Amino acid sequence: MEHKITVPCAAADLAALRAGDTVLLSGTVYTARDQAHIRMTQALDAGESLPFPIEGSAIYYVGPTPEQPGQIIGAAGPTTSCRMDGFSPRLLRLGNRVMIGKGERSEEVKQAVAETGSVYLAALGGAGALMARCIQSVETVAWEDLGCEAVRKLRVENMPLTVILDAHGGDLYRQGPANYLRENEHKI
Amino acid sequence: MKTVTAQQITDTVARLCIRANRELPRDVAQALAEARSREPWPLAQNTLSLLQENLSVASQSCLPICQDTGMACVFVELGTDVHIQGDFEQAIHEGVRQGYTQGYLRKSMVADPLRRGNTGDNTPAAITVHLTAGETCRITVAPKGFGSENMSRLAMLKPADGVEGFKKFVVDTVRAAGPNPCPPVILGIGVGGSFDKVACLAKKALLRPLDTPNPDPYYAALERELLAEVNALGIGPQGFGGKTTCLGLAIESMPTHVAGLPVAVNVSCHVTRRATEEI
Repeated sequence: MEHKITVPCAAADLAALRAGDTVLLSGTVYTARDQAHIRMTQALDAGESLPFPIEGSAIYYVGPTPEQPGQIIGAAGPTTSCRMDGFSPRLLRLGNRVMIGKGERSEEVKQAVAETGSVYLAALGGAGALMARCIQSVETVAWEDLGCEAVRKLRVENMPLTVILDAHGGDLYRQGPANYLRENEHKI
Repeated sequence: MKTVTAQQITDTVARLCIRANRELPRDVAQALAEARSREPWPLAQNTLSLLQENLSVASQSCLPICQDTGMACVFVELGTDVHIQGDFEQAIHEGVRQGYTQGYLRKSMVADPLRRGNTGDNTPAAITVHLTAGETCRITVAPKGFGSENMSRLAMLKPADGVEGFKKFVVDTVRAAGPNPCPPVILGIGVGGSFDKVACLAKKALLRPLDTPNPDPYYAALERELLAEVNALGIGPQGFGGKTTCLGLAIESMPTHVAGLPVAVNVSCHVTRRATEEI
């Protein structure tokens, strides 16, 4: 099933999503990966505010290539999400609703996703050029010194994503291969 | 005796860094197309089509195929009748610096593994030199992303584990990697040698075109068998499920010690890049 979702959004907007569904995401997405997550956690520990409004936010784990003259961003596919596992439950409980990356998440993240009515969506790993096409504008909002790891505000349109973890305990990385193997056994 | 200048090496490496990141090798693109035509699972078909579309977009808009433009692994087959005028290694690092800057590629190298700190120009290169007879200087740049590199494994198996133990280790490595290395993956497998040599063998195996089997019929058969076993896992493109978990694999072997059976699996992704030129 295909859904059009606009971010920022509320948990109620995500309730219909199921693992394996396709999402065309539009709106505002913030980029953050390893170093930005460390700094966001340090900011929270110090009682400081985060560099973007966390309520209803979408965070994309990406470190794009530099833009060429005439382009707004370089290749911008997802990085491996599990490196953010230690930080995500806290951000989800503060209001982050959509995580975009690729690869497995920890049990703690899965629990926090279900508990907060959030989702974890996969962008196409290794398809950096294709993902870049959906990005309409880019603005660096924090920690420019981190280079490709800086926090950027992206305006995206119809970014093609796949639901991995839904708010009801669904997990495409478990169900997808299992369904394929079951069907395949029937055929044999 | 032939003379090759540092400038020639720098220019060649810079060119190869850019080309490798924008155009997939012919054999890899072909393996992806063949996998798409054989894939029976709808979500997997759709995913493979998008990966193919990404290749066209990259080539049309001069964008890198993947944003992880990798660690610059540079392999040089250097003829012993070649005289290098200037500093050989510095010339390669300079080529990487220029290629990654001029090609708008991502700078992913940190100066120290524990203290971190981006070097700002993707240097240093990871250089491997192999001496050959003659007057040829053949340079391959194989940028390696770390989403897949991180899922690579090495084991010192027991001789009694034999070929079954070897196969199990390879299949278990892909199973454990799951969706993380951006499947469909490509595997470079080393077997034999020592702790260090087996890792080099695995890396070297990734340089062999996917449509070129191991020249030893025993290993060629093992490559076919392992590919079928890995693709029976059902992980599928991006881990969403499907037939296409692995586009191809290569095994490189060498003699080893009576007490050992080293195995290394270098996991790579559907964006397995390499570009070669001869000077």
